[in-house]
Amino acid sequence: MHPAFSVIFLTTLIGAGQGLYLALYTGQLYEVFKVLPVQDSAHFYAIGSLVAAVLLVAGLFSSFFHLGHPERAWRSAACWRTSWLSREVIALPAFLGMVSAYGLIHYMGWNPVLFTFRDTFAVDLSLLVGAVASLLGFTLFLCTAMIYACIKQLQEWATPLTVVNYTLLGSASGFMLATAFSAWRGSGLTDFFGGWAILITLIALVTRSASLIRNGRIKHKSSLETAIGIRHARIEQKSQGFMAGSFNTREYFHGAPKHVFNLVKWSFLVLVFPVPLVLVSIGLGTHTSSLLFIAFLVQYLGLLAERWFFFAQARHPQNLYYQTVG
Amino acid sequence: MSQLALVIDLNVCVGCHACVTSCKEWNTSGTAGYLADMNPFGKDPTGTFFNRVQTFEVGNFPNTETVHFPKSCLHCEEPPCVPVCPTGASYKRDEDGIVLVDYDKCIGCKYCSWACPYGVRELDEHQKVMKKCTLCVDRIYDESLPENERKPACVMACPTNARLFGDVNDPDSEAAQAIRERGGYQLMPEWGTRPANHYLPRRKTRITIHDDELVRADNPLNKERQLPMPDADDPTLDETTSW
Repeated sequence: MHPAFSVIFLTTLIGAGQGLYLALYTGQLYEVFKVLPVQDSAHFYAIGSLVAAVLLVAGLFSSFFHLGHPERAWRSAACWRTSWLSREVIALPAFLGMVSAYGLIHYMGWNPVLFTFRDTFAVDLSLLVGAVASLLGFTLFLCTAMIYACIKQLQEWATPLTVVNYTLLGSASGFMLATAFSAWRGSGLTDFFGGWAILITLIALVTRSASLIRNGRIKHKSSLETAIGIRHARIEQKSQGFMAGSFNTREYFHGAPKHVFNLVKWSFLVLVFPVPLVLVSIGLGTHTSSLLFIAFLVQYLGLLAERWFFFAQARHPQNLYYQTVG
Repeated sequence: MSQLALVIDLNVCVGCHACVTSCKEWNTSGTAGYLADMNPFGKDPTGTFFNRVQTFEVGNFPNTETVHFPKSCLHCEEPPCVPVCPTGASYKRDEDGIVLVDYDKCIGCKYCSWACPYGVRELDEHQKVMKKCTLCVDRIYDESLPENERKPACVMACPTNARLFGDVNDPDSEAAQAIRERGGYQLMPEWGTRPANHYLPRRKTRITIHDDELVRADNPLNKERQLPMPDADDPTLDETTSW
Protein backbone atom coordinates (compact mmCIF):
# COMPACT_ATOMS: atom_id res chain seq x y z
CA MET A 1 0.00 0.00 0.00
CA HIS A 2 1.04 3.56 -0.53
CA PRO A 3 1.62 5.17 2.87
CA ALA A 4 -0.33 8.43 3.23
CA PHE A 5 1.28 10.92 5.57
CA SER A 6 -2.11 12.15 6.74
CA VAL A 7 -2.87 8.69 8.11
CA ILE A 8 0.66 8.19 9.46
CA PHE A 9 0.37 11.42 11.47
CA LEU A 10 -3.20 10.65 12.50
CA THR A 11 -2.40 7.24 13.96
CA THR A 12 0.87 8.22 15.64
CA LEU A 13 -0.40 11.50 17.10
CA ILE A 14 -3.61 10.10 18.54
CA GLY A 15 -1.65 7.05 19.74
CA ALA A 16 0.65 9.33 21.74
CA GLY A 17 -2.34 11.32 22.99
CA GLN A 18 -4.17 8.19 24.10
CA GLY A 19 -1.02 6.83 25.73
CA LEU A 20 -0.36 10.10 27.55
CA TYR A 21 -3.91 10.20 28.88
CA LEU A 22 -3.77 6.57 29.98
CA ALA A 23 -0.48 7.33 31.76
CA LEU A 24 -2.02 10.28 33.63
CA TYR A 25 -5.02 8.26 34.68
CA THR A 26 -2.88 5.33 35.77
CA GLY A 27 -0.88 7.75 37.88
CA GLN A 28 -4.04 9.07 39.48
CA LEU A 29 -5.34 5.57 40.14
CA TYR A 30 -2.13 4.61 41.90
CA GLU A 31 -2.47 7.72 44.05
CA VAL A 32 -6.04 6.95 44.99
CA PHE A 33 -5.12 3.42 45.93
CA LYS A 34 -2.24 4.92 47.90
CA VAL A 35 0.46 3.08 46.01
CA LEU A 36 2.07 6.41 45.18
CA PRO A 37 2.13 9.64 47.20
CA VAL A 38 -0.51 12.21 46.26
CA GLN A 39 0.76 14.86 43.87
CA ASP A 40 0.06 18.53 43.72
CA SER A 41 -2.35 17.25 41.16
CA ALA A 42 -4.76 19.88 39.86
CA HIS A 43 -2.50 21.52 37.33
CA PHE A 44 -0.44 18.44 36.60
CA TYR A 45 -3.45 16.48 35.38
CA ALA A 46 -5.07 19.53 33.78
CA ILE A 47 -2.02 20.46 31.71
CA GLY A 48 -1.31 16.80 30.95
CA SER A 49 -4.85 16.37 29.63
CA LEU A 50 -4.45 19.54 27.61
CA VAL A 51 -1.31 18.13 25.96
CA ALA A 52 -3.14 14.87 25.24
CA ALA A 53 -6.08 16.81 23.79
CA VAL A 54 -3.75 18.89 21.61
CA LEU A 55 -2.20 15.69 20.23
CA LEU A 56 -5.65 14.25 19.51
CA VAL A 57 -6.78 17.44 17.78
CA ALA A 58 -3.58 17.51 15.73
CA GLY A 59 -4.22 13.89 14.69
CA LEU A 60 -7.81 14.68 13.81
CA PHE A 61 -6.68 17.70 11.80
CA SER A 62 -4.16 15.58 9.94
CA SER A 63 -6.81 13.00 9.06
CA PHE A 64 -8.77 15.58 7.08
CA PHE A 65 -5.97 15.71 4.53
CA HIS A 66 -6.76 12.12 3.67
CA LEU A 67 -10.27 12.98 2.55
CA GLY A 68 -11.42 14.07 -0.87
CA HIS A 69 -14.31 15.96 0.72
CA PRO A 70 -13.33 17.02 4.25
CA GLU A 71 -16.44 19.20 4.48
CA ARG A 72 -18.55 16.04 4.42
CA ALA A 73 -16.53 14.34 7.17
CA TRP A 74 -19.50 14.54 9.57
CA ARG A 75 -21.27 11.97 7.41
CA SER A 76 -18.69 9.36 8.34
CA ALA A 77 -20.29 8.70 11.72
CA ALA A 78 -23.29 7.14 9.99
CA CYS A 79 -22.26 3.53 9.47
CA TRP A 80 -20.90 2.58 12.89
CA ARG A 81 -22.83 -0.70 12.74
CA THR A 82 -20.58 -2.10 10.02
CA SER A 83 -17.55 0.14 9.56
CA TRP A 84 -14.59 0.34 11.92
CA LEU A 85 -13.68 3.65 10.30
CA SER A 86 -17.04 5.02 11.29
CA ARG A 87 -16.56 3.69 14.81
CA GLU A 88 -13.20 5.45 15.00
CA VAL A 89 -14.81 8.66 13.82
CA ILE A 90 -17.19 8.42 16.79
CA ALA A 91 -14.66 7.14 19.34
CA LEU A 92 -12.07 9.85 18.64
CA PRO A 93 -14.22 12.92 19.41
CA ALA A 94 -15.86 11.07 22.30
CA PHE A 95 -12.46 10.33 23.79
CA LEU A 96 -11.30 13.88 23.10
CA GLY A 97 -14.38 15.21 24.87
CA MET A 98 -13.89 13.02 27.93
CA VAL A 99 -10.18 13.86 28.15
CA SER A 100 -11.05 17.56 28.00
CA ALA A 101 -13.70 17.06 30.67
CA TYR A 102 -11.18 15.19 32.81
CA GLY A 103 -8.66 18.02 32.44
CA LEU A 104 -11.28 20.67 33.10
CA ILE A 105 -12.48 18.92 36.27
CA HIS A 106 -8.91 18.94 37.57
CA TYR A 107 -8.28 22.51 36.48
CA MET A 108 -11.45 23.95 37.95
CA GLY A 109 -11.32 21.77 41.01
CA TRP A 110 -14.87 20.45 40.40
CA ASN A 111 -13.93 17.34 42.13
CA PRO A 112 -16.38 16.29 44.82
CA VAL A 113 -15.81 12.94 46.43
CA LEU A 114 -18.67 10.82 45.17
CA PHE A 115 -18.27 7.92 47.54
CA THR A 116 -15.65 6.25 49.65
CA PHE A 117 -14.65 2.74 48.90
CA ARG A 118 -14.01 0.60 51.98
CA ASP A 119 -13.65 3.81 53.99
CA THR A 120 -10.13 4.36 52.65
CA PHE A 121 -10.25 5.05 48.93
CA ALA A 122 -12.03 8.27 48.04
CA VAL A 123 -13.59 8.04 44.58
CA ASP A 124 -14.08 11.54 43.19
CA LEU A 125 -15.68 12.82 40.02
CA SER A 126 -12.43 13.00 38.04
CA LEU A 127 -11.79 9.33 38.76
CA LEU A 128 -15.17 8.38 37.37
CA VAL A 129 -14.90 10.60 34.28
CA GLY A 130 -11.34 9.35 33.84
CA ALA A 131 -12.50 5.72 33.91
CA VAL A 132 -14.94 6.42 31.08
CA ALA A 133 -12.21 8.26 29.18
CA SER A 134 -9.80 5.33 29.65
CA LEU A 135 -12.38 2.93 28.32
CA LEU A 136 -12.86 5.19 25.30
CA GLY A 137 -9.09 5.41 24.90
CA PHE A 138 -8.81 1.64 24.60
CA THR A 139 -11.87 1.59 22.34
CA LEU A 140 -10.16 4.10 20.09
CA PHE A 141 -7.03 1.92 19.90
CA LEU A 142 -9.25 -1.01 18.97
CA CYS A 143 -11.17 0.97 16.32
CA THR A 144 -8.05 2.46 14.74
CA ALA A 145 -6.30 -0.88 14.52
CA MET A 146 -9.38 -2.78 13.37
CA ILE A 147 -9.70 -0.43 10.39
CA TYR A 148 -6.60 -2.22 9.11
CA ALA A 149 -6.98 -5.61 10.76
CA CYS A 150 -10.50 -6.20 9.39
CA ILE A 151 -9.47 -6.15 5.72
CA LYS A 152 -9.06 -9.85 5.05
CA GLN A 153 -7.10 -9.65 1.84
CA LEU A 154 -4.45 -7.34 3.28
CA GLN A 155 -2.96 -10.35 5.01
CA GLU A 156 -0.10 -8.40 6.59
CA TRP A 157 -2.70 -6.44 8.56
CA ALA A 158 -5.36 -9.06 9.16
CA THR A 159 -4.05 -10.29 12.49
CA PRO A 160 -4.76 -9.57 16.16
CA LEU A 161 -1.13 -8.44 16.36
CA THR A 162 -2.18 -5.26 14.55
CA VAL A 163 -4.48 -4.33 17.43
CA VAL A 164 -1.84 -5.32 20.00
CA ASN A 165 0.85 -3.27 18.26
CA TYR A 166 -1.27 -0.15 17.80
CA THR A 167 -2.21 -0.27 21.46
CA LEU A 168 1.27 -0.98 22.78
CA LEU A 169 3.16 1.40 20.49
CA GLY A 170 0.69 4.23 21.15
CA SER A 171 0.86 3.58 24.89
CA ALA A 172 4.66 3.39 24.82
CA SER A 173 5.01 6.80 23.18
CA GLY A 174 2.35 8.24 25.50
CA PHE A 175 4.13 6.96 28.61
CA MET A 176 7.44 8.30 27.24
CA LEU A 177 5.81 11.70 26.88
CA ALA A 178 4.28 11.39 30.33
CA THR A 179 7.72 10.67 31.75
CA ALA A 180 9.19 13.78 30.14
CA PHE A 181 6.17 15.86 31.08
CA SER A 182 6.26 14.67 34.67
CA ALA A 183 9.99 15.40 34.96
CA TRP A 184 9.44 18.85 33.53
CA ARG A 185 6.63 19.53 36.03
CA GLY A 186 8.85 18.16 38.79
CA SER A 187 6.23 15.57 39.69
CA GLY A 188 7.04 12.55 41.81
CA LEU A 189 5.49 10.30 39.17
CA THR A 190 8.47 10.47 36.80
CA ASP A 191 10.03 7.17 37.84
CA PHE A 192 6.63 5.50 37.80
CA PHE A 193 5.87 6.67 34.25
CA GLY A 194 9.42 5.92 33.14
CA GLY A 195 9.21 2.38 34.46
CA TRP A 196 5.98 1.78 32.58
CA ALA A 197 7.38 3.40 29.43
CA ILE A 198 10.34 1.00 29.50
CA LEU A 199 8.13 -2.00 30.21
CA ILE A 200 5.57 -1.19 27.49
CA THR A 201 8.31 -0.45 24.96
CA LEU A 202 9.91 -3.82 25.72
CA ILE A 203 6.61 -5.69 25.31
CA ALA A 204 5.95 -3.74 22.10
CA LEU A 205 9.36 -4.82 20.83
CA VAL A 206 8.30 -8.44 21.28
CA THR A 207 4.90 -8.04 19.63
CA ARG A 208 6.13 -5.85 16.76
CA SER A 209 8.94 -8.32 16.10
CA ALA A 210 6.36 -11.10 16.16
CA SER A 211 4.35 -9.34 13.46
CA LEU A 212 7.52 -8.72 11.41
CA ILE A 213 8.37 -12.41 11.60
CA ARG A 214 4.79 -13.37 10.76
CA ASN A 215 4.69 -11.03 7.77
CA GLY A 216 8.10 -12.20 6.60
CA ARG A 217 6.79 -15.74 6.32
CA ILE A 218 3.36 -14.87 4.98
CA LYS A 219 1.89 -16.94 2.17
CA HIS A 220 -0.40 -14.87 0.02
CA LYS A 221 -3.68 -16.54 -0.80
CA SER A 222 -4.17 -14.72 -4.08
CA SER A 223 -2.01 -15.32 -7.11
CA LEU A 224 -2.27 -14.59 -10.81
CA GLU A 225 -3.98 -17.97 -11.09
CA THR A 226 -6.85 -16.96 -8.84
CA ALA A 227 -6.79 -13.37 -10.12
CA ILE A 228 -7.65 -14.33 -13.68
CA GLY A 229 -8.90 -17.84 -12.97
CA ILE A 230 -6.51 -19.74 -15.21
CA ARG A 231 -4.71 -22.70 -13.77
CA HIS A 232 -1.13 -22.54 -14.93
CA ALA A 233 2.18 -22.24 -13.10
CA ARG A 234 3.48 -19.67 -15.54
CA ILE A 235 1.28 -16.67 -16.18
CA GLU A 236 2.88 -13.38 -17.10
CA GLN A 237 1.20 -10.07 -17.57
CA LYS A 238 2.01 -8.52 -20.92
CA SER A 239 -0.10 -5.40 -20.57
CA GLN A 240 -2.10 -3.79 -17.77
CA GLY A 241 -4.23 -2.12 -20.40
CA PHE A 242 -2.87 1.43 -20.25
CA MET A 243 0.41 3.29 -20.25
CA ALA A 244 -0.52 6.37 -18.23
CA GLY A 245 -0.92 6.43 -14.46
CA SER A 246 -4.08 5.49 -12.64
CA PHE A 247 -5.47 5.27 -9.14
CA ASN A 248 -4.54 1.59 -9.19
CA THR A 249 -0.89 2.26 -9.85
CA ARG A 250 -0.67 5.07 -7.27
CA GLU A 251 -2.71 3.99 -4.27
CA TYR A 252 -1.46 0.45 -3.79
CA PHE A 253 2.27 0.64 -4.54
CA HIS A 254 4.68 2.34 -2.14
CA GLY A 255 7.16 2.82 -4.97
CA ALA A 256 10.21 2.91 -2.71
CA PRO A 257 13.30 0.97 -3.80
CA LYS A 258 14.13 -2.18 -1.86
CA HIS A 259 17.02 -0.59 0.04
CA VAL A 260 14.87 2.35 1.19
CA PHE A 261 12.17 -0.08 2.30
CA ASN A 262 14.71 -2.03 4.35
CA LEU A 263 16.31 1.15 5.66
CA VAL A 264 12.96 2.32 7.01
CA LYS A 265 12.44 -1.04 8.69
CA TRP A 266 15.77 -0.98 10.46
CA SER A 267 15.45 2.71 11.35
CA PHE A 268 12.16 2.15 13.11
CA LEU A 269 13.51 -0.92 14.88
CA VAL A 270 16.39 1.20 16.21
CA LEU A 271 14.51 4.46 16.82
CA VAL A 272 11.40 3.04 18.50
CA PHE A 273 13.04 0.53 20.80
CA PRO A 274 16.74 0.62 21.85
CA VAL A 275 17.50 4.34 21.52
CA PRO A 276 14.56 5.62 23.60
CA LEU A 277 15.11 2.83 26.12
CA VAL A 278 18.73 3.92 26.64
CA LEU A 279 17.83 7.61 26.68
CA VAL A 280 15.00 7.18 29.14
CA SER A 281 17.13 5.01 31.42
CA ILE A 282 19.90 7.63 31.48
CA GLY A 283 17.30 10.39 31.84
CA LEU A 284 15.66 8.69 34.81
CA GLY A 285 19.04 8.04 36.42
CA THR A 286 20.28 11.59 36.02
CA HIS A 287 16.89 13.34 36.31
CA THR A 288 17.34 15.30 33.09
CA SER A 289 13.94 16.16 31.69
CA SER A 290 15.41 17.28 28.35
CA LEU A 291 16.86 13.81 27.80
CA LEU A 292 13.49 12.26 28.58
CA PHE A 293 11.85 14.59 26.10
CA ILE A 294 14.42 13.67 23.46
CA ALA A 295 13.63 10.01 24.19
CA PHE A 296 9.98 10.71 23.37
CA LEU A 297 10.86 12.64 20.20
CA VAL A 298 13.20 9.92 18.95
CA GLN A 299 10.56 7.28 19.59
CA TYR A 300 7.91 9.38 17.88
CA LEU A 301 10.17 9.79 14.86
CA GLY A 302 10.68 6.04 14.88
CA LEU A 303 6.93 5.51 15.06
CA LEU A 304 6.48 7.63 11.93
CA ALA A 305 8.87 5.24 10.19
CA GLU A 306 7.09 2.28 11.78
CA ARG A 307 3.74 3.43 10.43
CA TRP A 308 5.21 4.09 6.97
CA PHE A 309 6.58 0.58 6.97
CA PHE A 310 3.29 -0.83 8.25
CA PHE A 311 1.52 0.56 5.19
CA ALA A 312 4.27 -0.15 2.68
CA GLN A 313 4.62 -3.76 3.75
CA ALA A 314 0.99 -4.64 3.06
CA ARG A 315 0.63 -6.11 -0.40
CA HIS A 316 -2.78 -5.64 -1.90
CA PRO A 317 -3.96 -8.45 -4.20
CA GLN A 318 -5.08 -5.90 -6.80
CA ASN A 319 -1.36 -5.35 -7.50
CA LEU A 320 -1.41 -8.69 -9.32
CA TYR A 321 -3.35 -6.96 -12.08
CA TYR A 322 -0.85 -4.11 -12.44
CA GLN A 323 2.55 -5.72 -12.96
CA THR A 324 3.47 -4.65 -16.49
CA VAL A 325 2.71 -1.45 -18.36
CA GLY A 326 2.98 -3.22 -21.68
CA MET B 1 -33.95 -11.47 -6.02
CA SER B 2 -32.30 -10.50 -9.21
CA GLN B 3 -28.60 -9.88 -9.62
CA LEU B 4 -27.55 -8.18 -12.80
CA ALA B 5 -24.05 -8.97 -13.95
CA LEU B 6 -21.73 -9.44 -16.87
CA VAL B 7 -20.49 -12.76 -18.09
CA ILE B 8 -17.25 -12.35 -20.00
CA ASP B 9 -16.17 -14.98 -22.45
CA LEU B 10 -12.38 -15.13 -22.46
CA ASN B 11 -12.58 -17.57 -25.33
CA VAL B 12 -13.72 -14.93 -27.77
CA CYS B 13 -12.34 -11.69 -26.31
CA VAL B 14 -9.82 -10.38 -28.80
CA GLY B 15 -8.52 -7.53 -26.64
CA CYS B 16 -9.70 -4.71 -28.86
CA HIS B 17 -10.50 -2.33 -25.95
CA ALA B 18 -13.81 -1.35 -27.55
CA CYS B 19 -15.52 -1.99 -24.20
CA VAL B 20 -12.99 0.29 -22.50
CA THR B 21 -13.54 3.21 -24.84
CA SER B 22 -17.30 2.83 -25.06
CA CYS B 23 -17.50 2.63 -21.26
CA LYS B 24 -15.43 5.77 -20.90
CA GLU B 25 -17.45 7.55 -23.57
CA TRP B 26 -20.82 6.70 -22.05
CA ASN B 27 -19.88 7.31 -18.43
CA THR B 28 -17.98 10.53 -19.03
CA SER B 29 -21.04 11.97 -20.77
CA GLY B 30 -23.59 11.27 -18.07
CA THR B 31 -25.35 13.61 -15.67
CA ALA B 32 -23.33 12.32 -12.70
CA GLY B 33 -20.23 14.18 -13.87
CA TYR B 34 -17.43 13.31 -16.19
CA LEU B 35 -14.67 10.80 -15.58
CA ALA B 36 -11.76 13.13 -15.03
CA ASP B 37 -8.61 12.92 -17.10
CA MET B 38 -5.79 14.90 -15.53
CA ASN B 39 -2.97 16.15 -17.79
CA PRO B 40 -4.47 14.34 -20.77
CA PHE B 41 -1.88 15.86 -23.09
CA GLY B 42 0.83 16.46 -20.49
CA LYS B 43 3.81 14.53 -19.27
CA ASP B 44 2.11 12.36 -16.69
CA PRO B 45 -1.47 11.76 -17.77
CA THR B 46 -3.91 9.90 -15.56
CA GLY B 47 -7.60 9.21 -15.80
CA THR B 48 -10.60 7.51 -14.31
CA PHE B 49 -11.77 4.33 -16.00
CA PHE B 50 -14.39 1.79 -15.00
CA ASN B 51 -13.18 -0.93 -17.28
CA ARG B 52 -9.80 -2.14 -18.47
CA VAL B 53 -8.64 -4.87 -20.79
CA GLN B 54 -5.42 -6.52 -19.70
CA THR B 55 -3.30 -9.05 -21.50
CA PHE B 56 -1.66 -12.10 -20.02
CA GLU B 57 0.58 -14.75 -21.48
CA VAL B 58 -0.03 -18.24 -20.18
CA GLY B 59 2.45 -21.08 -20.62
CA ASN B 60 6.03 -21.53 -21.76
CA PHE B 61 7.19 -20.71 -25.25
CA PRO B 62 6.29 -22.12 -27.73
CA ASN B 63 3.23 -23.47 -25.94
CA THR B 64 1.91 -20.08 -24.97
CA GLU B 65 -1.46 -18.59 -25.15
CA THR B 66 -2.44 -14.92 -25.06
CA VAL B 67 -5.39 -14.18 -22.83
CA HIS B 68 -7.16 -10.84 -23.04
CA PHE B 69 -8.82 -10.13 -19.78
CA PRO B 70 -11.42 -7.38 -19.34
CA LYS B 71 -11.81 -6.26 -15.73
CA SER B 72 -14.47 -4.03 -14.19
CA CYS B 73 -16.46 -4.04 -10.96
CA LEU B 74 -17.73 -7.56 -10.34
CA HIS B 75 -20.83 -6.42 -8.40
CA CYS B 76 -20.11 -8.96 -5.67
CA GLU B 77 -22.98 -10.56 -3.85
CA GLU B 78 -20.95 -10.06 -0.65
CA PRO B 79 -19.29 -6.78 -1.58
CA PRO B 80 -16.44 -6.06 0.88
CA CYS B 81 -16.45 -2.40 -0.18
CA VAL B 82 -19.96 -1.75 1.16
CA PRO B 83 -19.79 -2.49 4.91
CA VAL B 84 -16.50 -0.61 5.35
CA CYS B 85 -17.90 2.64 3.96
CA PRO B 86 -18.26 5.01 6.91
CA THR B 87 -20.95 7.20 5.32
CA GLY B 88 -23.16 4.68 3.56
CA ALA B 89 -22.25 6.24 0.20
CA SER B 90 -21.27 2.81 -1.07
CA TYR B 91 -24.28 0.53 -1.31
CA LYS B 92 -25.70 -2.51 -3.05
CA ARG B 93 -29.13 -2.16 -4.56
CA ASP B 94 -31.68 -4.69 -3.32
CA GLU B 95 -33.68 -4.72 -6.53
CA ASP B 96 -30.94 -5.65 -9.00
CA GLY B 97 -27.74 -6.19 -7.00
CA ILE B 98 -25.81 -3.35 -8.60
CA VAL B 99 -23.13 -1.90 -6.32
CA LEU B 100 -23.15 1.87 -6.55
CA VAL B 101 -21.57 4.95 -4.97
CA ASP B 102 -23.63 7.96 -3.98
CA TYR B 103 -21.32 10.74 -5.17
CA ASP B 104 -23.09 13.26 -2.91
CA LYS B 105 -22.36 11.27 0.24
CA CYS B 106 -18.85 10.00 -0.55
CA ILE B 107 -16.13 11.74 1.46
CA GLY B 108 -13.30 10.32 -0.65
CA CYS B 109 -11.56 8.40 2.16
CA LYS B 110 -10.59 5.57 -0.24
CA TYR B 111 -11.28 2.94 2.41
CA CYS B 112 -13.60 1.02 0.06
CA SER B 113 -10.79 0.77 -2.48
CA TRP B 114 -8.59 -0.86 0.16
CA ALA B 115 -11.32 -3.36 0.96
CA CYS B 116 -11.87 -4.37 -2.67
CA PRO B 117 -9.47 -7.19 -3.63
CA TYR B 118 -9.94 -6.52 -7.33
CA GLY B 119 -8.90 -2.87 -7.56
CA VAL B 120 -11.96 -1.74 -9.45
CA ARG B 121 -12.71 1.41 -7.49
CA GLU B 122 -10.98 4.63 -8.42
CA LEU B 123 -10.83 8.05 -6.85
CA ASP B 124 -11.87 10.62 -9.42
CA GLU B 125 -9.17 13.27 -9.23
CA HIS B 126 -11.56 16.05 -10.18
CA GLN B 127 -14.71 15.19 -8.26
CA LYS B 128 -12.71 13.67 -5.37
CA VAL B 129 -15.15 10.81 -4.88
CA MET B 130 -14.86 7.09 -5.47
CA LYS B 131 -16.19 5.91 -8.77
CA LYS B 132 -16.79 2.50 -10.22
CA CYS B 133 -18.70 0.59 -12.86
CA THR B 134 -22.44 1.23 -12.52
CA LEU B 135 -23.41 -1.49 -15.03
CA CYS B 136 -24.66 1.57 -16.97
CA VAL B 137 -27.54 1.92 -14.56
CA ASP B 138 -28.48 5.10 -16.43
CA ARG B 139 -28.83 3.08 -19.66
CA ILE B 140 -30.32 -0.27 -18.81
CA TYR B 141 -33.54 1.21 -17.40
CA ASP B 142 -33.83 4.06 -19.90
CA GLU B 143 -37.15 3.53 -21.59
CA SER B 144 -36.39 6.15 -24.23
CA LEU B 145 -33.88 3.69 -25.68
CA PRO B 146 -35.00 0.80 -27.88
CA GLU B 147 -35.27 -2.32 -25.78
CA ASN B 148 -32.35 -4.09 -27.40
CA GLU B 149 -30.11 -1.14 -26.50
CA ARG B 150 -30.93 -1.24 -22.80
CA LYS B 151 -27.61 -2.91 -22.06
CA PRO B 152 -24.33 -1.62 -20.66
CA ALA B 153 -22.25 0.34 -23.16
CA CYS B 154 -19.45 -2.24 -23.06
CA VAL B 155 -21.85 -5.02 -24.00
CA MET B 156 -23.19 -2.98 -26.92
CA ALA B 157 -19.66 -2.26 -28.13
CA CYS B 158 -18.15 -5.74 -28.02
CA PRO B 159 -17.60 -6.86 -31.62
CA THR B 160 -17.18 -10.53 -30.73
CA ASN B 161 -20.09 -10.73 -28.31
CA ALA B 162 -17.71 -11.68 -25.52
CA ARG B 163 -19.81 -9.85 -22.96
CA LEU B 164 -23.17 -11.20 -21.92
CA PHE B 165 -25.42 -9.15 -19.68
CA GLY B 166 -28.26 -10.45 -17.60
CA ASP B 167 -29.67 -11.60 -14.31
CA VAL B 168 -27.40 -14.35 -13.06
CA ASN B 169 -30.01 -15.42 -10.51
CA ASP B 170 -32.57 -16.11 -13.22
CA PRO B 171 -31.79 -19.65 -14.37
CA ASP B 172 -33.29 -18.99 -17.79
CA SER B 173 -31.26 -15.89 -18.61
CA GLU B 174 -28.59 -16.06 -21.25
CA ALA B 175 -25.98 -15.07 -18.66
CA ALA B 176 -26.99 -17.74 -16.14
CA GLN B 177 -27.15 -20.39 -18.85
CA ALA B 178 -23.69 -19.47 -20.06
CA ILE B 179 -22.30 -19.75 -16.53
CA ARG B 180 -23.98 -23.09 -16.02
CA GLU B 181 -23.24 -24.69 -19.35
CA ARG B 182 -19.91 -23.19 -20.26
CA GLY B 183 -18.02 -23.37 -16.99
CA GLY B 184 -18.43 -19.81 -15.75
CA TYR B 185 -16.16 -19.00 -12.81
CA GLN B 186 -15.52 -16.19 -10.33
CA LEU B 187 -12.31 -14.27 -9.64
CA MET B 188 -10.40 -14.71 -6.37
CA PRO B 189 -12.96 -16.98 -4.71
CA GLU B 190 -10.64 -17.13 -1.69
CA TRP B 191 -12.01 -13.87 -0.25
CA GLY B 192 -15.63 -14.98 -0.10
CA THR B 193 -16.87 -11.96 -2.05
CA ARG B 194 -19.05 -14.04 -4.39
CA PRO B 195 -18.61 -11.86 -7.48
CA ALA B 196 -21.72 -11.65 -9.63
CA ASN B 197 -19.68 -11.17 -12.79
CA HIS B 198 -18.42 -14.46 -14.14
CA TYR B 199 -15.79 -15.40 -16.68
CA LEU B 200 -16.10 -18.15 -19.24
CA PRO B 201 -12.85 -20.08 -19.67
CA ARG B 202 -10.77 -20.53 -22.80
CA ARG B 203 -11.87 -23.64 -24.63
CA LYS B 204 -9.89 -25.83 -26.96
CA THR B 205 -11.59 -27.97 -29.58
CA ARG B 206 -9.55 -31.11 -29.85
CA ILE B 207 -10.18 -34.53 -31.37
CA THR B 208 -8.46 -37.50 -29.87
CA ILE B 209 -6.84 -39.84 -32.45
CA HIS B 210 -5.52 -43.15 -31.24
CA ASP B 211 -2.63 -44.81 -33.10
CA ASP B 212 -4.69 -47.71 -34.37
CA GLU B 213 -7.07 -45.21 -35.87
CA LEU B 214 -4.32 -44.03 -38.21
CA VAL B 215 -4.21 -47.52 -39.85
CA ARG B 216 -7.51 -48.82 -41.12
CA ALA B 217 -7.52 -52.17 -39.41
CA ASP B 218 -11.02 -52.94 -40.57
CA ASN B 219 -10.71 -51.53 -44.08
CA PRO B 220 -14.08 -52.21 -45.65
CA LEU B 221 -12.46 -52.29 -49.10
CA ASN B 222 -10.60 -55.39 -47.96
CA LYS B 223 -13.86 -57.20 -47.55
CA GLU B 224 -15.68 -55.67 -50.43
CA ARG B 225 -12.82 -55.67 -52.84
CA GLN B 226 -13.62 -56.94 -56.33
CA LEU B 227 -13.41 -60.66 -56.47
CA PRO B 228 -11.83 -62.32 -59.48
CA MET B 229 -14.20 -62.82 -62.42
CA PRO B 230 -15.74 -66.30 -62.22
CA ASP B 231 -15.06 -68.69 -65.07
CA ALA B 232 -17.58 -68.56 -67.90
CA ASP B 233 -18.73 -72.13 -67.37
CA ASP B 234 -19.14 -71.80 -63.62
CA PRO B 235 -22.72 -71.75 -62.57
CA THR B 236 -23.97 -68.29 -61.96
CA LEU B 237 -25.94 -67.45 -58.89
CA ASP B 238 -28.95 -67.06 -61.13
CA GLU B 239 -28.56 -70.50 -62.59
CA THR B 240 -28.31 -72.16 -59.18
CA THR B 241 -31.20 -70.32 -57.64
CA SER B 242 -33.65 -69.88 -60.48
CA TRP B 243 -34.26 -73.42 -61.58
